[in-house]
Formats: sequence, C-alpha cells, structure tokens
Amino acid sequence: MNMQSKRPITAAEQALVDSFVGKLGSLPGNGAITAIRDDFIEDIKQNGLPTRRVEAWHYTDLRNLLKKIPDGDGEAGSGAVEPLVAGSGVVSVLDGRADDVDAPDGVSAGFYRDALSEGIAAQRMVLQSTDDLIGRLNGAFANDGISLTVNDGLNLTDPLEIQVVQGGGQSHSRFPVTIGRGATGTFIERHISQGDDATLASSITDLHVGDDADIVWVISQERGLSDTHFGQINIELGTNAKLTLFVANAGGKLVRQEIHISASGENSELVLRGVNLLGGDSHTDVTMTLDHLVPNCVSTETFRNVVFDRARGVFQGQIKVAQIAQKTDARMACNTLLLSDEGDFSSKPELEIFADDVQCAHGATVTDIDENHLFYMKARGIRERKARAMLVKAFIAEIVEELDDEALIEALENRFENWLDAHG
Amino acid sequence: MLEIKNLHARIAEDGTEIIRGLNLTVKKGEVAAIMGPNGSGKSTLSYILTGRDDYEVTEGDILYNGESILEMDTAERAAAGLFLAFQYPVEIPGVATMQFLKVAMNEQRKARGEEELTTPEFIRRVREAAGELKIDMDMLKRPLNVGFSGGEKKRAEILQMSLLEPTLCVLDETDSGLDIDALKIVSEGVNALRSPDRAIVVITHYQRLLEHIIPDSVHVLYKGQVIKSGDKELALELENNGYTNIIKDAA
Repeated sequence: MNMQSKRPITAAEQALVDSFVGKLGSLPGNGAITAIRDDFIEDIKQNGLPTRRVEAWHYTDLRNLLKKIPDGDGEAGSGAVEPLVAGSGVVSVLDGRADDVDAPDGVSAGFYRDALSEGIAAQRMVLQSTDDLIGRLNGAFANDGISLTVNDGLNLTDPLEIQVVQGGGQSHSRFPVTIGRGATGTFIERHISQGDDATLASSITDLHVGDDADIVWVISQERGLSDTHFGQINIELGTNAKLTLFVANAGGKLVRQEIHISASGENSELVLRGVNLLGGDSHTDVTMTLDHLVPNCVSTETFRNVVFDRARGVFQGQIKVAQIAQKTDARMACNTLLLSDEGDFSSKPELEIFADDVQCAHGATVTDIDENHLFYMKARGIRERKARAMLVKAFIAEIVEELDDEALIEALENRFENWLDAHG
Repeated sequence: MLEIKNLHARIAEDGTEIIRGLNLTVKKGEVAAIMGPNGSGKSTLSYILTGRDDYEVTEGDILYNGESILEMDTAERAAAGLFLAFQYPVEIPGVATMQFLKVAMNEQRKARGEEELTTPEFIRRVREAAGELKIDMDMLKRPLNVGFSGGEKKRAEILQMSLLEPTLCVLDETDSGLDIDALKIVSEGVNALRSPDRAIVVITHYQRLLEHIIPDSVHVLYKGQVIKSGDKELALELENNGYTNIIKDAA
C-alpha cells in the first residue's frame, strides 16, 4: 500500500495500540461501534500520530510531544469536587465512568455507555477532518460520558457543571448535548485531575444550540502538571441562537483544545472568549474552526494568553465564510503577554471568505508588561511583584468581566488568581 | 525636607546628560515652583525624584528628610511619603480605580508597618476626598484613567495625592490640559493639602497655575540647572518678559 518507506512506529503509538488491544472486549459497543473503533485504531497504527507536516498539527507535533501513554483507567477512586460556581448542579464522570446522574428539572440525562452499547452513538463518531486525531482517539477508546437534553424554553437558573475527574491512567469520554429551542442557562465543563499519576484524557462535547436559545458554556481545563489533555467541542448554532463560549486553560503538560463551530442558523451570535495561562514546560494548543454557512451571523473571538517559564502556546483560528453567508460580521483577536524569554506563542489566523458583503477582521499581539503601567503603579507605592501580578490579572480581567454573571466572573477570577499565585 | 545637591543625571539608554549640577532646597511647609523653558529638564527632574529606571544619577545626591533616597526604588520612595502627580496619568485597562486606590493605600501602610484599612473606612475616605474634588463615585468604578477626560485625569491624580497623604508632593505640569474651572478645582485640592508638615513642588510652564497655588519660592530651571531663584514675583517677571533675559544674565 505504501511505496515510500514506512516510518517506524513510536513507543507512544505502540502503547496506544497495546492499550486498545488490552481493552478489547471490555469497551461498550455493538458490532457497528466495534468496527468504527477498529478503523480508528488501525488508522493511528498505520499513519501514526500527526507531525508538523500535517497542516492542522503544524505547531503541535504530536509524534514528538506525546512520549508516554499512561495505562489503566485511573483506579485512584476519584471523587466529585465542589463546583466552580457555588450552587451549581453537578453531573460527573469519575475515572472514566459516569456517576449516577441527577440532572435538574427540565434536563434529561443519559449515559453515553448506553448509546455505545445500543449502537446509536455510531452517528456521533464522525471525524471533523481527515486529520482528526482527537476524534479517532476518543472514538476508539470512549467508554462513557453523559448526554444531556435541555427542554425547549427551559430557564436554567443555576449553572450545571459537568465534571470530568481523573486520577491517573486514561479517560475518554463524550458529551452529546442538545439545547432546546429558546432555552437559557450556563453550563460549565470542567476537566480535573486528582493525585500525582499522569493522565491521558480525551473529551468530546457535541453541543447543539437550538433556535432562539441563549447559552453560556465554559470549558475549564484544570489538569495536572504531567497530564495530556485532548479536548474537542463541536458546536452547531441554530437560528437566532446566542452562545457565549469561554475556554479557560490553566493546567496540563500537553494540551490541545479544538473548537469547531458551524453557524448554520441565520442571525446567530457567537461570543468566544479564551484565557490560556501557560507555565512550566507545558505545550497548549487551541485550534478553532468556524464556519459561517448562512447570512447575518455575528461572531467575535478573543483570546488572552499569559506565558511564563518555558511554556509554549498555539492558537489557530480559521474562519470560513460561505458564499451565501452575506452580512457576516466576524472579528478575531489573539493577545499574548509573554513574560519569559524562553516561552513562546504561535498564532495563526486564517480567513477564507467567499461572500462579498462581510466584515471580517483578525489581529494578534505579543507584548511584555507595559513599563509605563509598572512605573505608575510603583510611584503609588505598589511593589514591583504586586504591580506585575495586578497587571497580569488586569490583562485577563478585561475578557472575564465581559461575562454577564457576577458569580461566574468571581469563580473564574479566583481560579486564575490561584493559578497565578502558584506560578507568577 | 528636600535637598538636591549638585545633581547630575543622564538618560540610561544613550547617556545624554539632562541634569547638570542642579541644586535646590525645599523646606517643610514650603510650596516651591519650578519653571523653565521646554527641554530644560523639568519633567526629567520629577522622574529622577521618583526613581525611574530610565535615568541614571552620575553625581550628587538627593536628600529627603536628611537621608539619601538614591538607593531606594520607586515604591519605597512612595511609601516614604514622596508623591508625583503625573503630567500624563497612565491609563491602565482592567484595573478598577477603586481597587487601585485601595491596593496603593494599603501597600503603603503595610510598608510603614501600619494596619490595613478596613473596607468601610477606605470607602469613607474616598467618598470624602472625592466629594471635595467634585469627583463622581461612578467614575472611580471605571478602569484607572481609561476614558477619563484630561480634567478627570488630573483630578484623579489630586484625589490619589490627598488619599495617600504624602509629605513631599511633586506636581508635574498639573495645569496642562485643564480648562479654567478644572484648574480651580485642582488648585483648591492642592491648596487644601498645604500644611506645615508637607512640602509641595509645582512644576509648570505658566504663571497661570501660580495665581491659584501661590508659591513661597520660584526657581528657574535651564539646561539642567537652577539658574535663578526668587519669590512669587519672579514668576510674574517671567510671564511678562520670558526666559531670555534671565538666561542671558546667568550665562
């Protein structure tokens, strides 16, 4: 099949295959699901992990970066933690298994393992692209997750938190979420590690936001220092739907969060905000694709990144505007505060516009702390260390405070403050 | 209170000497005006007093209450009671003015070994000081100086000065960008801070400000030196005749 010399399989690739073989027979799924799983792992075996020669992974050469595959399913006995926002409802996946789900009124919940056993999950297991490693990995290994269906017109008063807690080993889960017509509410997807054992986690959320719905969705990645996290959220926006998506990465050693959005209903609005706090020797990649498929949609994407130590960050933002998607208004910005000479951040915007009456803009900045700001604060008696910390927080706060929810703002700012106090 | 002795200073980056043997003494309770043409080193002097890294002192000394401050960093000088009202107050997005004021006041208190202010006490003090300067409390909820008009920025500087209760105030061209009404409010704010225990150095181009803040002494700065000192009459003379004669006399 291959004329060119085949590259040798890496230890990590082999470990993934071995890990899959070890799970044969124990992963839920009917014949159709099992066939898809086999295909996905076969592809990883044949083609290997993506390298820099694969465009979508150019800045995250997984073949070089992913060295070790932790084994096992995390037997640490992870427990649910306090929700990010006090008073939130909580549903959880602990060590890869969905816990008994106690969903709020108007929200029906199911186990993804059941969808796998019955075979209906097969329709979900579609790759985003030919280079969709996360889709393959998660598809091959996923053993559970939670599906949520929010009733039409439901007004969710308290946030609903989806906790994925893992104590070492591997965790692969999926969350199909359907938001009914006109429903409103806040959802917080949290990825947490417990204990010191390394974790390899993949998590895919399929979020369908129904017509006229108005939803806030937060992804808070809080993995440990030696963890690998592959996240993916696939979003479909209905007519007049509004989605505020807030992505917060503050953790993990090797992280890739993909965001794939399809604006398929007219007059939808997407507000995407992200904060990436990067430290140590970590590598964090946020890759977004946004397809404007219909006219009259508005989207803004703003990322604020803070880089310490030898951390590396990547943002790839691709906006496609279809020929019929006239009057699209899409604005993307990626601002980085680079606080270390050894850190780096790569930002790659891509605009593909086929319509002729649209507004599209993108911008990327990389700066250090402004010396004038620092001097002014010191001249008021604020010591350098404190002043720097305040300025870093201010850089993030601008984004966080756009959220229209005091409790959520406070919770996120506390989370960032804790991270900064430990790393700054 | 402030003694500047044979001060020489240059721009750190390129070595350009700006201050060339400056001598100046300001006593407790005194309001001293420093005037001078463009490029004479007025703003540089204010930065050197506050310890900005961009400048290097190569000779001479600055004594504050009898002790050299050259080894102190900017924040230490502020905590010791030195305050600079900026010619161009800096806009800091993302930092609410109230939060900034509270941190600054408490950082200074901590540095001096004093108790931090309670929130109610802090708010009471801000309310009182803001009222006198006709500053709307809503303005203080906004990010520091962001979107403030020129007048609002200068009033915010004087508000900070009054809250931080410094003993040596340096006002760098506080009159620039102010209309007559704002000038009056700002001047009243400064005058309210005049006290036998506090010295104020007013740096300005124009006599106009000195009609509102009457100085005890006036010093003319030219090419990095004080070339003439006098009382408030000197400012009037400058207003009428310009700097040329004084510069000629000094040469």
